[in-house]
Amino acid sequence: MSGVEMGSSGTAPDGQGAKPDAPNPAPPEAKSAKENNGTQLVREIMSGNAMISVLAVVVALAIGGILIAFTDARVTAAMGYFFSDPGATFRAMWAAVSEAYGALWRGATYDPNSRTWQGRLGIFETLTFATPLILSGLAVTLAFRVGLFNIGAKGQIIIGATFAGVVGFMIELPPGIHLIAVVVAGAIGGALWGGIAGFLKAKTGAHEVIVTIMLNYIAVSLVLYLLKNPLRDPSSSNPISPAMHETAMFPLLLGPNYRLHAGLIVAVLAVIGVSWLLNRSTLGFEYRAIGANPRAARTAGMLVSRGYITVMLISGALAGLAGVTQLAGTEKTLDADIAGSIGFDAITVALLGRSKPWGTFFAALLFGAFKAGGTSMAINADVSIDIVAVVQSLIVLFIAAPPLIRSMFRIKAVRHEGVTA
Amino acid sequence: MSITAKSAPSAHVDAVAIRSWKVPILLGVLALFAVVVFVVLGPTGTATFRISQDNDAWQVPDLVLPSKAMGIIVSVICAALAYLAYSQTRATGKIAKWVLMTFTIVFVVGLMVWMIGGTTSQNITLVGLFTGAMLITTPLVFGSLSGVLSERAGVVNIAIEGQLLAGAFTAALVSSITHNAFAGLFAAAVAGVLVSAMLALFSIKYVVNQIIVGVVLNVLVSGLTGFLFEKIMKTKVDGVTIYNQPAQLPGIPIPLLSEIPIIGPMLFRQSLIGYFMLILVVALWFGLFRTRWGLRVRAVGEHPKAADTVGINVNRTRVMNVLAGGAVAGVGGAYFTLVAVSSFSKDMTGGLGFIALAALIFGRWNPIGAALAALLFGVAGNLQSILSLAGTPIDGQFLAMLPYALTILAVSGFVGKAMAPAADGEPYVKE
Repeated sequence: MSGVEMGSSGTAPDGQGAKPDAPNPAPPEAKSAKENNGTQLVREIMSGNAMISVLAVVVALAIGGILIAFTDARVTAAMGYFFSDPGATFRAMWAAVSEAYGALWRGATYDPNSRTWQGRLGIFETLTFATPLILSGLAVTLAFRVGLFNIGAKGQIIIGATFAGVVGFMIELPPGIHLIAVVVAGAIGGALWGGIAGFLKAKTGAHEVIVTIMLNYIAVSLVLYLLKNPLRDPSSSNPISPAMHETAMFPLLLGPNYRLHAGLIVAVLAVIGVSWLLNRSTLGFEYRAIGANPRAARTAGMLVSRGYITVMLISGALAGLAGVTQLAGTEKTLDADIAGSIGFDAITVALLGRSKPWGTFFAALLFGAFKAGGTSMAINADVSIDIVAVVQSLIVLFIAAPPLIRSMFRIKAVRHEGVTA
Repeated sequence: MSITAKSAPSAHVDAVAIRSWKVPILLGVLALFAVVVFVVLGPTGTATFRISQDNDAWQVPDLVLPSKAMGIIVSVICAALAYLAYSQTRATGKIAKWVLMTFTIVFVVGLMVWMIGGTTSQNITLVGLFTGAMLITTPLVFGSLSGVLSERAGVVNIAIEGQLLAGAFTAALVSSITHNAFAGLFAAAVAGVLVSAMLALFSIKYVVNQIIVGVVLNVLVSGLTGFLFEKIMKTKVDGVTIYNQPAQLPGIPIPLLSEIPIIGPMLFRQSLIGYFMLILVVALWFGLFRTRWGLRVRAVGEHPKAADTVGINVNRTRVMNVLAGGAVAGVGGAYFTLVAVSSFSKDMTGGLGFIALAALIFGRWNPIGAALAALLFGVAGNLQSILSLAGTPIDGQFLAMLPYALTILAVSGFVGKAMAPAADGEPYVKE
């Protein structure tokens, strides 16, 4: 079921852009595995094809299904008399898995039996969940293309949301302007946090993976400190902020029955923007050149260190925007868990999207659907939402290792890029 | 993972000609901080450090220090050392090691006096501080040793968190089922090996980017243990969650040694896992730097091609080391559910795997360094929870940031130079 949906996300990325994606930036030359880490990363993500993506999703869902089946109480009960009635076991397994994935599918799309409006049209919940995933996924995608691994989306989301929150609940501004100010503040906050990693990478060579991981935790501590002191809601004993002013919130797109908000528009604009930036602008050309081969880019007169700094600023800003859509779209109050699992989901989204802007968009839709459906699965089929994390991570592992899927299904390698094989 | 991209050339350049002003500047800023915070804004009264517990055999009197006077002494020494660092840098471009060491110790003392003097009770039990810290330090040490093992062979291990969590879960489950803590301990090591086997499979066999694999494995283990926790451990039989009642490993105090003030309760009243940790740190240090095996491992991590040329099987060495690392981290994970607390809870490792990564880097990929860094981070973490109850001038959250901030300083060259093995993170493909 979700596999069908995945088909669209697996095949669409290349064709959906405002313009067709520029030629694959994976460099034709230089393939020594010992070369720059980031370069290899870019190539890894680019290699493989849509078929692999679809199969990866199918296999991951199948493994998830096995887990669900074998931990179901009815199945274990039926297994007790397996040899007298083996059919019962398989029927129980089918019931458990179809119930769980059925609930997942209905929760993410359309459920005619739900009593609430939100529940009936889960597709809008999917879009709501997808919104921050699109933006943070883009953040990771953009950095990937320069050969940087931005694991810091979480921290950038938190700091972005904090900046947005300060403007959103401490300052009063006229409608319209207020929301714009919130969005800009969030982008600046995220950009600052991402910029630290970019600056240190460019100036001292500090590895961005380490720095961004550490900055994630620093951001959590920092926001906890702020929420205990200057930003705390005086009427609450918990470390949470006061609610955002109404003027600072994204307008709801479909009325009060659905949570879907105008942040989605920001996200789609960001996809178009990043797509343009990467494929049409001079800066994007530099980024791709640096990502493909930093040494060659330096020889060609590009300022690699400036590239690292600017890309982390933009990447951080995108993640900061994801924080804004969380705070001003759905959460309304700031707490230390504002980023939830989005920071790490962003990495999986970017990998599934093969670090192309529109690929990231559809990957975020898929994972948004998992999140929306996972909630309904937890309620209606008593299957913990953790299974979604399992399926997501398996998808990414399989996609990252095409030879594994190929050998599973005996597919011959379509392209020979000499990278992952 | 080439922590410092320009590291190799700049390391030589630093030694020869170019003076790095980072360290003198950092010391200067810290000295200024000492003057302003410890002296001008410092608390009045005294800070009491209680060394002995009431039931100790040897009683050591409490250490009572006047806060203001200590603040002045500390900031004068810090300022003098910062100036010394400045003049040494100007003269030779190098700073004597003892200057940095003394500065750090004096500054930490000043910090402690200031923090304790600023609490409402103005006293702290050092035994409690250090023994409590072991609850954090022990898993950190195992985690960072797992990192040492795999990164010394050239495989970046971001999956420490996942290995710890898998160990904690499996230990709890198996120990509950078998009512035998040792079975749980063994199962935890196996679970760690399984996680690292996936790391090895994907990063060595399929040459997937090691960082990606690590990140994804963490999510996978978190999801898997969370799912199984809900499905299995929460299942009640006769109103009791029988699958989450792990048998515990008992503490084994060592006679005499356990009576030494502070160190005794900290190191010699531990469980089996704690003693194993002490042995492992030393053994691994010896193994890596004094044996043929260690030389080979380090060769594989630094220059795999050269190692291959002299007949070392690079990828087999890497796989073995990654698997061994997994076993080590799995045992560290078992500490959570067999010693520290008596049941498993979702995501109970709470990011300690990433602090272990920080300890590994801060400890310069050296087992003993990593263990000391883990101790530092453990003490800071425990101090944070003690002080959050005691009401302090500094918010506990800033102490919580300490490991991460120090690590960033270390990788960007402010606190010495953290240099990863040269081939860390780079797959080796025979040409």
